Amino acid sequence: MKERMSIVLFSGTVDKLLAASILATGAAAMDMEVDLFLTTWGIEAFRKGAYKTNTRISRDFEEYGSVMRELMAAKKAPTWWENLQGAREIGEVHIAACSMTMELFGLTLNDLEPVVDEVTGVATFMERARESKVTMFI
Amino acid sequence: MSTQVHVDRFIDAKGQMCPMPIITLKKAWKDIAVGQVVAIAATDQGARRDIPSWAEATGNTLLGMSEEQGVLTFYLRKVA
Repeated sequence: MKERMSIVLFSGTVDKLLAASILATGAAAMDMEVDLFLTTWGIEAFRKGAYKTNTRISRDFEEYGSVMRELMAAKKAPTWWENLQGAREIGEVHIAACSMTMELFGLTLNDLEPVVDEVTGVATFMERARESKVTMFI
Repeated sequence: MSTQVHVDRFIDAKGQMCPMPIITLKKAWKDIAVGQVVAIAATDQGARRDIPSWAEATGNTLLGMSEEQGVLTFYLRKVA
């Protein structure tokens, strides 16, 4: 059985999404399965089309947002969305959205990008996370 | 190193930032036959440790590495 990494993706800002996407890619490259559990602002980031317009970054570093975007473009650094696609191409990435947040925000699976596989609760995530080699909260 | 080993496939990952070199390598790997040797050139400084780690984790063999003017070239033999 493959080793697994589980990430709770709580954040919806591109700086943290970038970190999560690079970790997901690394794990996929290392032949690990990747579980992403989206909750709260993490779900916002996966609304249909949101990745194209989302430019939010962590509030503590807000003033660096535009500089970071320019640097990434100049150095042709892949965006978090491109990294996530890369991870899905080379490995198994399972993405679930938190049912509680979905209900709170009045969302269904159709409102999210098709990369999101299903809507689950915390117990499903825990069941998988307890068997994971690496777990993270981002 | 390069003069001693027959390279079956060369991958140019120069200019790619982490995690792209590993993605490029992993994507190419499925088209490589067991026993074949791949050379990958990268300028991402993280590659110095990343590519050996990748080889170790995926059960492949790192034959060696050379460095020239900031370009790291790794030689890997496919085992798995």
